[in-house]
Amino acid sequence: MDTGFGDLIHGFGVALQWQNLVYCLIGVLAGNLVGVLPGMGVLSAISILLPLTYGMPPVGAVLMLAGLAYGAQYGGAICSILLNLPCHPPHAVTCLDGFPLTKQGKGGTALGITMMGAVFGAAFGIIQMIFTAPYIARIAFSFGSAEICSLMLLGLLAGSTLAKGSPLKGVAMTILGLLLGLVGQDANTGVERFTFGIIDLDDGVELVALSLGLFGIAEFLRGVNNTAPIDTAYAKLGVSDMRPSRADMKRAAFPILRGTLIGSLCSMIPGTGPTIASFVAYAAEKKISKTPERFGHGAIEGVAAPESSTHSSVQGDFIPTMSLGIPGDAVMALLLGALIIHGVQPGPRLIIEHADIFWGLIASFWIGNLMLIFLNVPMIGIWVKMLMVPYRFLFPSALFFICIGVFAAKNTLFDVGTTLFFGLFGYLLLLLRFEPAPILLGFVLGPRFEENFRRALVIAHGDLNTFVERPISAVFLALCLLLVGTQVWVRLRGPKTRIPTTLLETE
Amino acid sequence: MALGGPLYRMSFSHRRDYYAGALMVLVGGGAAIIGSRYQMGSLTRMGPGYFPTVLGVILAFIGLVIAGSAAYVAPAAAEAPSLRPDWRGWLCIAAAALLFIGLARYAGLVAATFVCVFVAALGDRENSWKESALLAAGVTVFGVLLFAFVLHVQIPIFGGM
Repeated sequence: MDTGFGDLIHGFGVALQWQNLVYCLIGVLAGNLVGVLPGMGVLSAISILLPLTYGMPPVGAVLMLAGLAYGAQYGGAICSILLNLPCHPPHAVTCLDGFPLTKQGKGGTALGITMMGAVFGAAFGIIQMIFTAPYIARIAFSFGSAEICSLMLLGLLAGSTLAKGSPLKGVAMTILGLLLGLVGQDANTGVERFTFGIIDLDDGVELVALSLGLFGIAEFLRGVNNTAPIDTAYAKLGVSDMRPSRADMKRAAFPILRGTLIGSLCSMIPGTGPTIASFVAYAAEKKISKTPERFGHGAIEGVAAPESSTHSSVQGDFIPTMSLGIPGDAVMALLLGALIIHGVQPGPRLIIEHADIFWGLIASFWIGNLMLIFLNVPMIGIWVKMLMVPYRFLFPSALFFICIGVFAAKNTLFDVGTTLFFGLFGYLLLLLRFEPAPILLGFVLGPRFEENFRRALVIAHGDLNTFVERPISAVFLALCLLLVGTQVWVRLRGPKTRIPTTLLETE
Repeated sequence: MALGGPLYRMSFSHRRDYYAGALMVLVGGGAAIIGSRYQMGSLTRMGPGYFPTVLGVILAFIGLVIAGSAAYVAPAAAEAPSLRPDWRGWLCIAAAALLFIGLARYAGLVAATFVCVFVAALGDRENSWKESALLAAGVTVFGVLLFAFVLHVQIPIFGGM
């Protein structure tokens, strides 16, 4: 057997150790909570918990932080369907049909179908990872520095141009992130760069401080006194409401299947995360429907397809992160950063050298998703109550957690100041319509990018042609050109088929 | 539409991309200038200055393109939600973080937590003094229990570091 079921069983052995079960539970529980609470993001939640994992073994840390990433998807759906709040971008499109269903008193049905779609999508994504990730890693074994460099360039370009917002501004943010990643001592020469004489910056900018500034404090500065009052009139629900009728299940079955396939395709293209997957799935479902006029007025297909595609794409996003060390979006960049902090070198060797992490993670996906079902179906009432927590109580508490979380990362108050600085700077970027997410991508990949770039040119005696002469590297560069070319072409042709940006921008 | 037209007559949303581009030119240019002071080296043996200088130049160039294409943004695409400055919220959030730093250093975890949450809560116009104090007290009890006794964070409960 090529993919080794023995490895998977070994993974279950790791994930089922009781402390890892507890870490996984904490992760998915915190993720679900963050997903439900309007105004809290996955990125800030992972960043707050990251310093607390420093004392833990790397396996437990990764299981927990990953649990946050996919756990939040369950909570985010509740928020969209019951409150019409697109607090998580991947679930924004679910509002369109989820909330009308809630208004008709069928919110429970929508959530029930969402759960089914989630389980199916996630299961598909995990299986896809079991079969493709080791295979991709094996191909990548033969990559030299030049190939890795070109591949990273492709990942960075895709991550910045395919996400929401202006592609040009996305690239600018990526470069800004690369520059921020250079702060501190240069690994090759020991020269201090961009430290401005501040000793605390010798080790570089703290990942947690950067991320909590950009995605925590900056979001609070935007959200304070600026959040619409929440309409909780329809958010009443019990367990018994969640069983969908036979007719609904029949109607949702194929949309779930199609959504899952779209999600898994989107996860294969670097840079297209769950948000794009859910929009594409919704659009596709509406297009092939015989009754497209029902969409927007409570069509169950409009909930089933995007939700299952989100889940399959979130799980699939782990594939490039774990097999190549190239994250597709900011959440994965943060997870990769966590691995690096724990001394795990990301890249194709990870699956072999840290088999317990890779297979343990996959096994924990199964366990975590199972836990989430048990957390969400019988306990739906508790989550619905959580929805009522107003933002004006939430953000001051979260600010405290951010301050102490950043402090705990390195036991220095300097980093709390850094966080505030990046918060203010991040808010300035938001005002100027920059999307800060690619900064994290550049920041995490920056040092490895420079290192490989330097090494590739040392090997090639300073000949830049090495990137085009090596065939695999040339293919990646050609893909980069194709990507940029399409973007320019689409832009010049004018925006015709654009995703409704108003929805995307209300985070 | 002439480039460099009367900027003062444009709304913020029209000028936004000029500012955005200018910021990137500033950051990129700054990085390139500082980067070029480090040893550049050659392509074969790159010094620490090579990569930052190149990145800075590219960023500054992209900034120019952003500012340059600002004039071509269709009015419909430039429309934006009204931009109300919210000094109370902004100042309170910034002050809360700064007070946390100061108080954690000199007065301990309890004071830092309470003041941080209290000041941040006052940033929201709907929170009364009493509500803010209650919230701060609640978070303080929970926070001290969790961070001091369970997770052993290195800030003394009372007193300076």
